[in-house]
Amino acid sequence: MANRIKSVSDLEVYRKKLLAARDPKRKTVAICTSGCTAYGSMKLNTAFREELRRRGLEQKIDIKLTGCHGYCERGPLVVIHPAGIFYQRVKVEDVPQIIERTLLKDELVESLLFKDADGKPCPHEDDVPFYKHQMRVLLANNSRLDPTSLDDYIALGGYQSLAKALSKHTPEALVKLIKDSGLRGRGGGGFPAGVKWESCRKAPSADGVRYIICNADEGDPGAFMDRAVMEGNPHLVLEGMIIGAFAIGHPGDPRGYIYIRNEYPLAVERVGIALQQAREYGLLGKDILGTGFSFDIKVNKGGGAFVCGESTALMASIEGDVGEPRAKHIHTVEQGLYDKPTNLNNVETWANVPLILERGLEWFTGIGTGDVKDNPWGGSKGTKIFALVGKVNNTGLVEVPMGASLRDIIFKIGGGIIGGKKFKAVQTGGPSGGCLPDSLLDMTVDFDKLSEAGSMMGSGGMIVMDESTCMVDVARYFLHFLAEESCGKCVTCREGLVQLCVIVDRICAGQGKAGDLELLEELGNTVADASLCALGQTAPNPLRSTIRYFREEYERHIRDKRCPAKVCKALITFSINDKCTGCTICAKKCPQSCISGEKKKLHTIDQSKCIKCGVCNDVCNFDAVSVE
Amino acid sequence: MSHEDTPKGAKITFQVDGRACEGFHHESLLGALRRLGFEVPSLCFHEAVSTYGACRLCLVEVQKGRKSRITTSCNFPVTAGLQVRLDTPAVQQNRKIVFQLLLAKAPASPEVRALAAEYGVHSTPYKVSEEAKDNKCILCGLCARVCTEVVGANAIAFSGRGSHKDMVAPYDEAAEACIGCGACVEVCPTHCIGLRETPEIRTIEKWHRDLPLQKCEKCGRPFAPTFQLMTLGKRVGMKLSDFKVCNDCR
Repeated sequence: MANRIKSVSDLEVYRKKLLAARDPKRKTVAICTSGCTAYGSMKLNTAFREELRRRGLEQKIDIKLTGCHGYCERGPLVVIHPAGIFYQRVKVEDVPQIIERTLLKDELVESLLFKDADGKPCPHEDDVPFYKHQMRVLLANNSRLDPTSLDDYIALGGYQSLAKALSKHTPEALVKLIKDSGLRGRGGGGFPAGVKWESCRKAPSADGVRYIICNADEGDPGAFMDRAVMEGNPHLVLEGMIIGAFAIGHPGDPRGYIYIRNEYPLAVERVGIALQQAREYGLLGKDILGTGFSFDIKVNKGGGAFVCGESTALMASIEGDVGEPRAKHIHTVEQGLYDKPTNLNNVETWANVPLILERGLEWFTGIGTGDVKDNPWGGSKGTKIFALVGKVNNTGLVEVPMGASLRDIIFKIGGGIIGGKKFKAVQTGGPSGGCLPDSLLDMTVDFDKLSEAGSMMGSGGMIVMDESTCMVDVARYFLHFLAEESCGKCVTCREGLVQLCVIVDRICAGQGKAGDLELLEELGNTVADASLCALGQTAPNPLRSTIRYFREEYERHIRDKRCPAKVCKALITFSINDKCTGCTICAKKCPQSCISGEKKKLHTIDQSKCIKCGVCNDVCNFDAVSVE
Repeated sequence: MSHEDTPKGAKITFQVDGRACEGFHHESLLGALRRLGFEVPSLCFHEAVSTYGACRLCLVEVQKGRKSRITTSCNFPVTAGLQVRLDTPAVQQNRKIVFQLLLAKAPASPEVRALAAEYGVHSTPYKVSEEAKDNKCILCGLCARVCTEVVGANAIAFSGRGSHKDMVAPYDEAAEACIGCGACVEVCPTHCIGLRETPEIRTIEKWHRDLPLQKCEKCGRPFAPTFQLMTLGKRVGMKLSDFKVCNDCR
């Protein structure tokens, strides 16, 4: 094959050749074509290409379709390299202006710049508060490279860590390096990756087969960290896996799988392209970089069951069985996929590996909390990507060092709560994470602190809630999600979650009884303690944490039949107060036609017909609808 | 010698409630406890098939090193030095709730009620749904495991997941692969599958399967479903015509 790189030194030769052929001053338009496609960023691509062609500039200026830049709230995002000019909420109409002014005359289009709280325009990513307070390491290259171009990745130093691993390290030394780095699993449990690697390497395998799996079955509602890494920089994940395969499986017969949920078609496509390219370049497959080490990776598409993110269910699913977890008393590192020693890490964990090799142990252990020198459980090292969503001004992907405070993430980076409302809670760790109140805003975010507080790191979902959120309703939502997604194998999870739903439903419906709270706590404890897998064991977290921090809100529902946040429909009434001017708009818009009154006179709502949809409140211009 | 090096099935000692007991490396803890004469309730365990861990009744507390935790014993492997405690307050509390959940899931099962009563649980605080009122099945999956692992017929399986999970024949229509052997009926802990027979037909109710019966040439009594004889005969190279008489008359 023409592009095959035959040795470790050839990789450097090839990289230098690439760099020599590239003009570092050449202007490039980087358009997010990950999440921003939902805002129509592909139309921007067409518009840029057409306009450049019209002006005869298509040979002079590059267009790069990149992965997610993170600031999703402000999409579609366009960055002009090499100056790094950051344009947000770009529309097709803006394209001629960007070309005319920025690309040709090096001027800024001020209307497209982000403006900070003082109204000061921010020309570069680093000037924008959302980016300024982050530490973007894993996501650093997302706006710089075309995820379908292996040359882009190599030009930015990609696969140098693999070359280093294969030529300068023994597998044992690599395992030790990852162990010493304190890298802990980003998929949920926070298990030290190096300890897992070591156990898997040591586990006996008669035929030498060991499986290396990347868990890319990211299923948490509102979470898209792994998706962004795969869609934006897929080779980073592959490089980590190949290094891992060498460390864990060499000499022997390591074999790889990436389990990607099929609801991520773009990730499936881009990882597929990356695999193909890596094979063509001799970075994957037989005799990688001429070192004699062989390893290949298959993509396995997940069918959409949340539970298949659990490692043993995932392995059952790859084997073609129903995605049900099994008890892990015999660890998967000893008997995993097809009963072979299997090392599973998630996307973000694998993506950290090349960075640790590239920048060294001291760099990595210098970021984060605790001390992992003698104990890989002793702290949380490196950065973590969070999907910051909910009632926060700046939704998007946020990468911060472990140990950043919730307050910094939500207020400094996230820009605070939408509409200046009051912060109420943040749920970390996905649907089975806990809800933390404002008294914990200054808590530093790491694996152990989150667990102590009754939540978890999970894979990095972060849902911000404001004062208009009912915490009982939140618990109800997640319990229903998990009851629906339970595989149904064990009684405590299947029946327990359904019964928790029944009780919380009745509390929200105004039929809560004395003793319900205690019943919830008792059952929640058993679901957590006696369920078979982590899905069931963590499923009561939203419930238990909301009871722990918002008990009063439950009691108001049960005792007073009131929903303080005015969310639970059965517990609120809409009425029209004396601010009413009789404008009749509410009566016109009411879908039940249950508001009556003469023009210019006080209107009334027929409570027997009211469905509490809130339309009257939404349309009233006089603040005349009271919700109690 | 570390645990990893111990061959499966090697004789080892472990402790139950402080008493030294003999077991075999990596055997099922529940199996070992029962052999040793300890009483541990369970509904989804059977020595003849793989463990599944569905009913959550065989809870015990185990301790290895300093860490103590609750676990089901059926799928917990016995290792040397393991310390097991059977009836701790945590075990009792969790078991009580599991029984309460089962009583709400399968209120029509006398077997579940009787076993729960043995452990002092006589009622459930949880809601019995309209669909559950006449239900006896606890979804332990023993029927399917026996059908697959022992009989080799693969006639039935779980469908759906979570609260929609059910044990059914494919599409909940007549199970074409069912040979009518009745092993599932026999193994079901709550007797919820149902087997009826006329002199001509055996019906397995839950799998909607009607199978004609072979009659003994000598005594005239029906002795097995024809399809069962054909299927099992094929495995050992025998034809239906080889099965003319019943066991008693042979």
